[in-house]
Parts: sequence; C-alpha cells; structure tokens
Amino acid sequence: MSAAAAAELERQDSPGADGETGLPRLLAGLGEDGWPVPLSRHRHLYPAPPRLGRRHDDLLVAVERSGLTGRGGAGFPTGRKMRAVSAGRRRPVVVVNGSEGEPTSRKDTLLLRAAPHLVLDGAVLAAAAIGTREVVVAVDRKATKALQSMEWAVGQRRSAEPGPSVRVVALPHRYVAGEESALVHWINGGPAKPTLTPPRPFESGVDARPTLVDNVETLAHLAQVVRWGPDWFREVGTAAEPGTMLVTMSGAIDRPGVYEVPLGGRLSEVVRAAGGSPSRMEAVLIGGYFGSWLDGAKARRARLSNEHLRPLGSGLGCGAIVVLPQEACGLHETARILDWLAGETAGQCGSCVHGLAAIAGATAAVSRGAGSDATVESLHRWATQIEGRGACRFPDGAVRLLRSALNVFGDDVERHLRGEACATGPSVLPIPTTKGQPWR
Amino acid sequence: MAVTYRLRVDPIACDGHGLCAELLPERITLDDWGFPIVDGAEVDERLLAHARRAVELCPRLALRLERVA
Repeated sequence: MSAAAAAELERQDSPGADGETGLPRLLAGLGEDGWPVPLSRHRHLYPAPPRLGRRHDDLLVAVERSGLTGRGGAGFPTGRKMRAVSAGRRRPVVVVNGSEGEPTSRKDTLLLRAAPHLVLDGAVLAAAAIGTREVVVAVDRKATKALQSMEWAVGQRRSAEPGPSVRVVALPHRYVAGEESALVHWINGGPAKPTLTPPRPFESGVDARPTLVDNVETLAHLAQVVRWGPDWFREVGTAAEPGTMLVTMSGAIDRPGVYEVPLGGRLSEVVRAAGGSPSRMEAVLIGGYFGSWLDGAKARRARLSNEHLRPLGSGLGCGAIVVLPQEACGLHETARILDWLAGETAGQCGSCVHGLAAIAGATAAVSRGAGSDATVESLHRWATQIEGRGACRFPDGAVRLLRSALNVFGDDVERHLRGEACATGPSVLPIPTTKGQPWR
Repeated sequence: MAVTYRLRVDPIACDGHGLCAELLPERITLDDWGFPIVDGAEVDERLLAHARRAVELCPRLALRLERVA
C-alpha cells in the first residue's frame, strides 16, 4: 500500500472526515444517549497509550506542533505548559480538571460522562509525554453521572490493560474549586480555596511536585492530536488557535446544548444551528458568568477566537454562550449573576470579599431603580480598586462582567436611573444554589 | 546594575490593619474597605528604609519587599 493510500485510510477513520467541514471531532466519539463508550469499542479507534515511566518526547512535540490551547478558560498553549512541568526536577503529576463550576457550561461534564476513555487517554498520554505515572481525575461531586462514568471507566482499564495509577476524586461543589491552585490545595488536603501564587502548580502542586492541571476538553483534544496528528488537528481553526472547541449554548435558542465549532467560526452560525435568530440578538454573554456581554451588533459580527474577541474586551472563556432572551433585562440578570459571584468568594482576600459584595449590592440597587449617578460612579471606582488584587483572578472576572454590562446595557442603566426601571421583569438566567456548600 | 526592590502584599494573609499605608503613603493607599493597594513601582533608595519598616511592622507579615532581578 502506498503512503498516500495509507494516509487516505487513516483519514477515513478520523472523526468527521466524511463531512466537508471535518466536524464534529470530539462529539463524534460520544456514547449514545449520554452513555459512556466502553473501553473495547473505544480501542477500535484509539490504540492503548504507550508504556509509562520514561518521557515520551515525541508526544510532547506533537502537542506543541498542534498548537492546542487550554479549553478551560485561560487559553494557554498546552504544549508549553507540559514543557514547563516536565522541566521540573521531581516526577510530575497530571490533574484532570473536571470541576466545571460555570453554571452555564455543560461540555466537560458531557465528555466525562459519555466519552470517559477519550478523556482518560488524553490524561494518560499527557502523563506519558511528561514522564509520570500518576493521574488524578477531579470531578465536581454534584456531577454524579460524570463521576460514576469516570469511576466505571477507570475500573474497566484496571482489569483490561496495564496503565498508570488513576485516582478519581470528588471535588466540593464551589465555583472557585476549579481554579488550579484551589484544586491542588484541596487534593493536598486543604480547603478548595486558591493559594498565593507563585509558586504556580506547574512548579509546585500536588505533594509539592510539578503538576499539570488540564481541563477535560483540552485532554480529549490531546488524545485526538496524538491519534491523528498535529497537521490533522490544524485542518480546522485558525493559525493562532487551531482545532475545534465545544460551546454550551443556552438562553434564547430552541435547542440548548453542547455544540462543536471550529475556532474562528462565526458566533451567528452556532446561534442559528442551536435554533436562535442572530438578527434578533440584543446581547450575548460569552464565557458564561465569568465572561462578558457583547451587544447584538458586535455579536452578529463576532468570531469565536480569543484573537478576535479580546480587542472587544471579551474572550471565549470556557465556551459557554448565553443569548439574552428579549423579555429579560440585562441589568437585572447581571445583578443576579454578580450576587451569586459575590457569594462564591473564597472569603480570603479583603478586596474580593468586600468589593464583590459592594458591587453586587450597588448593581442590584441600580437595577431596581434605587440607584443614582453616584451609585454608578462607585461601581466604576470599585471595579478599578479590586482589579488584580485577589490571590486569584476570580474578582477580576466579576469586574469584567460588570464593566461589559455597564457598557452594553448603558441605555438601560440611564433609564433605570431616571426611575424607569423594568417592571419586576422575569428572572431568566439559572442561578445555582452553591452558597453554603462545604469547601472540603 | 544596582539592586532594586518592589513591594508585594499577600492578600490572603492581609487583614486590612492599614499600618503600611500610614508608614509608606508614597507607595501604599487604602481601598474603600481599608485594604492596601500597593503600587508595584520600584522602591528607590530614598524610600527603602521606610519600606523595610512597613514590612517589619505589618501585624500579619503580609507585606513583602521583593528584589527585582
């Protein structure tokens, strides 16, 4: 068989290769009706990862060449992070971050539940690449089906093939528990609260060893990069942000759920695919409650890449997208989100504890028509004061959301200040009840 | 090259006593709740003694003077 023919055969096996778009990739590997794909079926497409213990530099080079970036929110190049972790003197640890604390995101839980072996392959391959045999899979303890599926998948491997020691742990159901220093702190026996950095986990994490903390979706992509190669991975997406990403669509659309899109693709396209109407969009929340609002006009032109969104003061974050329903008041919804965020502070840094409470209170006051110009002035002052002053980036996220709301809903703010607050409008965005959940 | 320093606060350890802002108003102000906002600019020769004093007197040992490369 010629090399070209072999390559063709290879391509036929790769997910989504029959379509013109080459999509879906990750979503092609889900079990039916949300059931996990068993190991035997998974191994038809994905060979068992190589032996662990020594460093497999070829794997690391493949990830670097793919240009894969983290899909948890920060968008950092995965290969560069792996390189940094493997440069440490002590044997590293791999942590799969399956916390998905973002209330409007479902994609990681979906992968954990329906494609656990793809995620585990990614984690084991990352471990092989950086030369370790220790993997910790951290899943939110309220995501019971994802937890069960992951434990089942780890059990299947234990009896079927030699592999690393994989530990599945059930994380506290708190938003900041997924922040990487908080995650490591909790695995080490502390509360799931962020710690002062540096050192960052890549230098000193689990048991003070260099620790690779990667998001669930990132590792699923990593498994596909190793299987079909960096060039295949780069066939979709942009040069700076290659590949596909999972987005969780909700709000004013007919078919909410998880969709797979090429990075750099149009937001309006996925809105349409999810049964929404781009022409009627008034505001879109990108990146979930830790993200920012875009007005309708910008949203209609927006492309789904950080390169495109950052100049607009926005970013992909974890890929959660909420189309604001027409009957909703963006200001009121933002006040509800900020109130929830204020309650999710770890309570460690003064500027976060007091700043977020003040911001939530003042936004609520403006929203119900009890604010004045001075209230709005205070909001801007507090935003400037608390930005960059927490041990982690949590307060910065709340500030970004606030600023985008004051900007996108500027007319609403004016109206509410003039005493024309929305008549007790509907509360449409889902606000979880995480308050009072334990930190251990 | 001369050694230079800058101040950094550990926001987790800090309890907002506010002593540092009194001792070094040139680099440290307080936010609306009394927690220090530390200017990350270099601490020059002139301020170094004052900065050291602020670091030593912080009741929570939350203020640090770090050498810049």
